[in-house]
This record gives sequence, structure tokens and C-alpha cells, in this order.
Amino acid sequence: MSEIYLMTVSLDFPPQRMPGWASACDWLRQAFDPRLQLDVNRDFATQRRAIINGEVDMVYANPFDASLLVRESGFVPLARPAGMHYECIVAVARDAPFHEIEDLRPECRVASTGNPDVNMIGMIMLEPADLDLGNIQLLQMESYPALAEALLRGDADVGFILEAFFDALPAATRQHLRPLAQSRINEISHVLLLGPRLAERAEEARRLLLGMAEDARGRHALDELGFVAWEGMDREVAEYMIDLMDALKA
Amino acid sequence: MLQDMNPADVPGAWREATLKLFDTGTRKVLVCDREMPYPDGRLIVSTSDTRGIITHCNTSFVEMSGYTREELIGAPHCILRHPDMPTRVYRQLWEEARVGRIWHGYVKNLRKDGAFYWVYATVIANVRQGRVAGYTSVRRKPSRRKVEEAERQYRQWLAEERVR
Repeated sequence: MSEIYLMTVSLDFPPQRMPGWASACDWLRQAFDPRLQLDVNRDFATQRRAIINGEVDMVYANPFDASLLVRESGFVPLARPAGMHYECIVAVARDAPFHEIEDLRPECRVASTGNPDVNMIGMIMLEPADLDLGNIQLLQMESYPALAEALLRGDADVGFILEAFFDALPAATRQHLRPLAQSRINEISHVLLLGPRLAERAEEARRLLLGMAEDARGRHALDELGFVAWEGMDREVAEYMIDLMDALKA
Repeated sequence: MLQDMNPADVPGAWREATLKLFDTGTRKVLVCDREMPYPDGRLIVSTSDTRGIITHCNTSFVEMSGYTREELIGAPHCILRHPDMPTRVYRQLWEEARVGRIWHGYVKNLRKDGAFYWVYATVIANVRQGRVAGYTSVRRKPSRRKVEEAERQYRQWLAEERVR
């Protein structure tokens, strides 16, 4: 009983959803295994190291990490949030002189966070302007609020933001920003994965998650997360998403 | 076997061309000069089996192609083949994909209504249990400069193919 199973969550969720993850972990502790503990890392690099080192047993992974974990680290896909896709925004200040991607010029200042998925999708959205990492000024920001501030101060021309974060920015900030382009991939999402130590209990975990919305405490946790329900994800669906991610990374 | 394009589906003036396709014989296509702009941020995604038969396509694929999803699923990928595309491009694509290598390239696609749209395409093999089980193709918006370069190159290749 002394063994602990660590659960972690991709850092690309809006901070106001943190209580939802605590509630979800509580629910899973009761419904699935009392040894689960939520541990949220400080940054993407620390989190990836912990996962690769085998310290994590359940992870709500972004699509980039999911591909690594399923194909290379023996993680098993369980479920994804129903109807929620992983989309990104190339944002500009409301009064910026850019109205379409092609208005951007080489050496423009691009603000991004350490989120590899968002950066990759953001860079893809800049391609029609013939921009790549070799001809832009990439500004690394610590957080999405810091990125939004950089846009508002005029320190950056454009910024890459996960759509869920853009929508969660305070109204006073958001009203001074606008999307220059929004991704519409509609095929990739976060995935809840189970680590190798618990992999043989994947069916049990998936069944519980699919019933989470029917339980009062589970329903409450989902509401706090902004999810309607979980949608089951099997290995083949995950493989499809991973192939898609590989095609984007190539 | 792909059906010939239907004049009733193509508004305005068009010209006819006959495509020689790898596995599916010939197809008469109707082509006009109207370009469908590629929307920012969209990704067109599809999967096919090892013969190039479409097994899945996303909403962007359906919208940009002008076909219904029902018309696309089960059809060969060359349903989008435009006569301005040289055979050489597709030969390269298949040679790479069949051995599990990634292929990238600029492609002019033909819509059901005879219009066209340019994409930057990536094709990767779906490897399952060590075998190629199919292919995933992702298309995104290309830069105009790259499209112009591709147009020049493809005109030259087409001219070479006509001489042979």
C-alpha cells in the first residue's frame, strides 16, 4: 500500500482549471486506485524528463507527448475529452497592422511559450508568409499571460497561443487582442494515458472514465475541467493521431 | 475505375483533358481556371489503404474538394488529380511512401467543380507491426512563392513527359 502512482497533467491548461484536475484526481483515487497522487510539474522540460524517467503512471498528455509515450514508452491511451480539439491561434494586438498571415514579413517578432505542439502548429500557420525559424525573431515567454502582455506592449508582433488559453484570458486582455489565424485541424486532442505499471488495468480505467459523467462527484470534476465527458480512445485511434503528428513534425 | 467528371458539376467555361492514371485507367476531367483560396489555419487530412483508396478524410478535405464524404470514402486519391500535375511527382510520392519514407511536395488539386487549389502535402506511411498498413496525408496552405516555383518546375516536367 506504500506504493504511489503519480498522475500528471500537461501544462497547457488554463490555471483556472487546476481545481478541476485536483477534483478529477480525487475522483480517480476513489473510483480507480487510492494510491494515485496528482503532481503538476513546473515546466514542459521537467515534465517530459519525469515521464521519460518512468516516474509517471497516468498523464493527461498533449498530442506531442502522447506520440512519444504511446510509441516509445509503453503508455496506453484511455480517453480524450469529448468534442474538444487541440487548436492554436496566431494572435496579434487588436490595432496591429497585420490582417492576414501574408502581411507578416521576415524578421517579425514571434512570441511563443515552451509548448512544442503550439509552437509547431504556429510555425505551420506562418508558412504561407514564407516564414520559418531561420527568418523570424523568436521570443521565448514564460507563460501565456506574459505572451499576451508582450503583444499588448508592442514587444512582439505575433504570438502563438493555445486556443483554450486565448479563450480563458481575462476579458480586459482578450479585447485588445485578435486572432490573425486560427488552426482548424479538428483531429488532434489531449489524451489521458496510463503508464506501463498500470497498463494491465487500462480496460477498467477506461470503463470508469466513460461513466464519470454519470456520477455526481465525477460530473462536478468534469464541469470544473470544462469537459462534457470523456470519449474512449483505443490504440488505433491514438496511432492515427500520432501518424498525423508525425506528418506535421516532418 | 473512376467516373469521368460531369459537365453539370462544373459551372462556367471549362476545358477537357484525359488523365492516364496508374491503376485506374483513364479519366476525363473538366478543368477551369478558378482557384479556390486555401483558408488560413486549415489542415486537410486523409488516410488511405496501401492502394491509395481513401479510408478517412476530415471536414476540410470534404469542403476543399467539393465532393461529399460519401463520394470520397472508397475512391482512389487520384480523384483529385489535376492535368497540370506531372506524373513524375506522383511516381516520386509512391516510391518514397511505399518504402516507409516521408514525402513532401506541392500539389495542384482538382475540385469536383473544375476549380483548383494548391497545397503543401506530406505523406507518411502508417506502420503497424512493422508493415505499411496505409498512408496518412496532411495538406496545408503553401506560400505563393513556393507555388510559383512549383508551377514553373511542373510545366517543364509536363513538357518533358509529352515528348516521351
